[in-house]
Amino acid sequence: MKSFTYERATTPTEAASGAARNPGARFIAGGTNLLDLMKLEIEVPRHLIDVNGLALDTIEPTPDGGLRIGALVRNTDLAADARVRRDYGLLSRALLAGASGQLRNKATTAGNLLQRTRCPYFYDTNQPCNKREPGSGCAAIGGYSRQLAIVGVSDACIATHPSDMAVAMRALDAKIETIKPDGATRSLPIAEFYRAPGDTPHLETTLTAGELITAVTLPKPVGGKQIYRKVRDRPSYAFALISVGAIIQPDGSGRVTVGGVAHKPWRIEAAEAQLPQGAKAVTDRLLATARTTEDNAFKLPLVERTLAAVLAEARA
Amino acid sequence: MKFDTPATTNPIDRLRVIGQPLDRIDGPLKVTGTARYAYEQHDVAPGQAYGYVVGSAIAKGKIVSMDLAAARRAPGVLAVVTAENAGKLDKGKRNTAKLFGGPQIEHYHQAIALVVAETFEQARAAAQLVVVKYQEEKGAFDLAALKGAAPNAPSEEDSPTQSAVGDFAGAFASAPVKLDQSYTTPDQAHAMMEPHASIARWDGDKLTLWTSNQMIAWGVGDLAQTLGIAKENVRLVSPFIGGGFGGKLFLRADILLAALGARAAKRPVKVALQRPLMFNNTTHRPATIQRIRIGATPDGKITAIGHESWSGDLKDGQPELATQQTKLLYAGANRMTSLKLAVLDLPEGNAMRAPGEAPGLMALEIAMDEMAEKLKIDPVEFRIINDTQVDPEKPKVPFSQRQLAECLRQGAQRFGWDKRSATPGTLRDGKWLVGMGVASAFRGNLVMKSGARVTLGKDGIVTVFSDMTDIGPGSYTIMAQTAAEMMGLPIDKVKVELGDSSFPASAGSGGQWGANSATSGVYAACVKLREAVVQKLGFNSADAVFEDGAVKAGNRAVPLTQAAGDGEITAEDTIEFGDLDKTHSQATFGGHFVEVGVDAATGEVRLRRMLAVCAAGRILNPKSARSQVIGAMTMGAGAALMEHLVVDKRRGFFVNHDLAGYEVPVHADIPHQEVVFLDETDPMSSPMKAKGVGELGICGVGAAVANAIYNATGMRVRDYPITLDKLLDRLPALS
Repeated sequence: MKSFTYERATTPTEAASGAARNPGARFIAGGTNLLDLMKLEIEVPRHLIDVNGLALDTIEPTPDGGLRIGALVRNTDLAADARVRRDYGLLSRALLAGASGQLRNKATTAGNLLQRTRCPYFYDTNQPCNKREPGSGCAAIGGYSRQLAIVGVSDACIATHPSDMAVAMRALDAKIETIKPDGATRSLPIAEFYRAPGDTPHLETTLTAGELITAVTLPKPVGGKQIYRKVRDRPSYAFALISVGAIIQPDGSGRVTVGGVAHKPWRIEAAEAQLPQGAKAVTDRLLATARTTEDNAFKLPLVERTLAAVLAEARA
Repeated sequence: MKFDTPATTNPIDRLRVIGQPLDRIDGPLKVTGTARYAYEQHDVAPGQAYGYVVGSAIAKGKIVSMDLAAARRAPGVLAVVTAENAGKLDKGKRNTAKLFGGPQIEHYHQAIALVVAETFEQARAAAQLVVVKYQEEKGAFDLAALKGAAPNAPSEEDSPTQSAVGDFAGAFASAPVKLDQSYTTPDQAHAMMEPHASIARWDGDKLTLWTSNQMIAWGVGDLAQTLGIAKENVRLVSPFIGGGFGGKLFLRADILLAALGARAAKRPVKVALQRPLMFNNTTHRPATIQRIRIGATPDGKITAIGHESWSGDLKDGQPELATQQTKLLYAGANRMTSLKLAVLDLPEGNAMRAPGEAPGLMALEIAMDEMAEKLKIDPVEFRIINDTQVDPEKPKVPFSQRQLAECLRQGAQRFGWDKRSATPGTLRDGKWLVGMGVASAFRGNLVMKSGARVTLGKDGIVTVFSDMTDIGPGSYTIMAQTAAEMMGLPIDKVKVELGDSSFPASAGSGGQWGANSATSGVYAACVKLREAVVQKLGFNSADAVFEDGAVKAGNRAVPLTQAAGDGEITAEDTIEFGDLDKTHSQATFGGHFVEVGVDAATGEVRLRRMLAVCAAGRILNPKSARSQVIGAMTMGAGAALMEHLVVDKRRGFFVNHDLAGYEVPVHADIPHQEVVFLDETDPMSSPMKAKGVGELGICGVGAAVANAIYNATGMRVRDYPITLDKLLDRLPALS
């Protein structure tokens, strides 16, 4: 770990402007991912801005009947919230499928969205990795890629985003509220939050320098059967090989988002129009652009079969 | 004491303390965090500095240059040690690769530098400032690609790597029913919770190490040799070990680098291998490719059995002995086994819990299941048909005890084997395809010379001293039970001090030989102590009985304490084993039964029930023995379903080198486990009449899982681990 300076911010604006003043600064909340990466010198921030004191840890109803989830709401608290459990069951289930109780107690809503990939080559600083060290190459391509992405990939990177929560957020059409160093705020749909890896896989989100997530909002409840199905080798604790987050309405229409297949939760609204035709039709459309490796080609049939099981469960 | 004739009745047979399911005597220390593990021995040496290991970034080649200047200038740094500045180093005879690499690099993450600093964080930060330039060389990393050219593995005196009896080729060719199949097992990591860790302190030319090592006497010898110093000047202390599984049988980089770091920094230094280094820096269970051929007559009698196994290791390394059990497990007049060994530039392969049998049975016991199906004979019955009471390669050598058939019969009955559908893929429970599998368990019983010293104190407490280690199985407790039984005391009147090379050399912990051998050493020492007590108290030794804290003969009973009234009494002895393990084949046996559910949509395999029935001689402590078996069953389930060190064949290293990438089962992954021990004593094994049990539990269980998956789905997967991607394309169609 490299030496760094540290400050505790007291307001969101102060945090954002502090980040703008200190190039190479990082916000730290739960620290469940960032600290590990700092110890390995994969993340080498020169300055840490602790945002835990920003009082962004409440869940409140919004005027249009939705929920506003503070950036610092812990995963455990979010999953257990009665309103979330009642109206956004998908989110609660996705959260509880992720990590461990101890990690969920620390991990925050914004931090979860911003966690880095678990690609093993990203974690090994002896190996080339364009995400860790732009331009160094990608050892995962042609290497061990069983966990890695099949859609949205580039010649520079095939990393996945590991979050379960984000899959639910995407299916629920969450919006991400931010504040910039100049105090300006914006709200962007989660669909526009993650950047495709392209030639610049180290740039993962559309956040601008110093921009701080203050909340995630959910639109008013959409009802339906909300199912989160995470598929993994070890049932107790593992990142998803793939996961399916689905909201299926009584008329058979619905939403489908897939995790573990891309640099972001993967949802294509047009594919959902295929729901009446069944899992294969949806998957064919959803993963039409897939570029698999020998190691991860199984994810294609796995998504289809898992979705079929989810649809059957929704019908039951 | 020489043990060269079968044991007769002795004080252990009273079973007042031995054989009782007593709690671990070190349990309270462990659950209160007061058992000191190597890295936590904060008070044994003042002024401990911290070492951080730099591992090689390449798999094979040379270090061209190392720039240490920035690291040396970094805050808190006391020393940077490399092979270049460490002075002349030899290699211990039990290490294949050097523990300290450079300029030549033999494998990925081979240690190439140690940075010593005032704090751990300073050492870690400075270690990342070491700049190394390499000249990479092409290496061999792909076992399958080298298989064709791999020669016979070199034989050692007691363990030939090739064997042949009768006419295997002819008998196999003419067998009415036959199987010829290949199986693979991947490289696996010990993945123990406690990493290798050591604290080193020099006092002049005397070196003391607080470490985490299974084999203290081996460690002393190999470290002295590596450093080029006298054995007498090296002391190892290893009272508690947070898991070893064979990974701590031998010296690893932590202990050598701690010693070198302490010498360079002129202060005690502690080193723990960083978790990401654990998988490539240390040893692992080597991958195997195995070919099994079985021929049989329609009544199920095996007429020919052949087992070949290919594995790889660094130059001058060793093969994985995956054919070991096939020499002994089933009858059959015509047989062959062969071990081939390829040279690989991957990290060093070596022993991991039940080396040989664990991967060997993963293959053999699927083959037996396949053969039973071809023969249309129940797989339990097929195994029983081919049971043998003599070594099939040496028919004049009987097994000392062999209750394999009884294990299988009892297991089948308890497990409800009769409810298994003989037709695979026919039992459904909601979304689950359900199946049952069976496998035989087999593991040799090794015996090793083992010493102990026992002291009767003035306070009436008997203390056992031995360099025996407790890597988790309960050595403290069973050694205390042994001394208590021998001296007629309750267990709370016995203390046990272990893991110090200044104590008598023991068998150590490995190969499931520890429990039987080390308690036999305590037995031998206690026989001597009894003699001293009897003499002191003026008894005729022939009729003195030690019980209830007293020595009794006729009408006379004297408290044991009285013998030490004017000073403690000490006795020491070593049990040495004659050739009863040559005249009799000694092994442990069991039957594993597993029920799995396979998700019909995703192919996820989930264990539902596991049962092991074991015949392993006298069970010294049913509670700790059960704990050993369920732990081993868990490890076997991991091998079947998830454990896989993935080789990057371009770059030559295990990619998933942390505990997020290398998955092992944890409590939530393991369902109901049941263990049954058959009532057995084996007078050929030792005066304790016990055998090892710590490895038996892993032997065969992986194949039982594989066979259950086949029974559930009709899919035969012969490449471990059986992950869902290997099942997916043949699962039932979904609506």
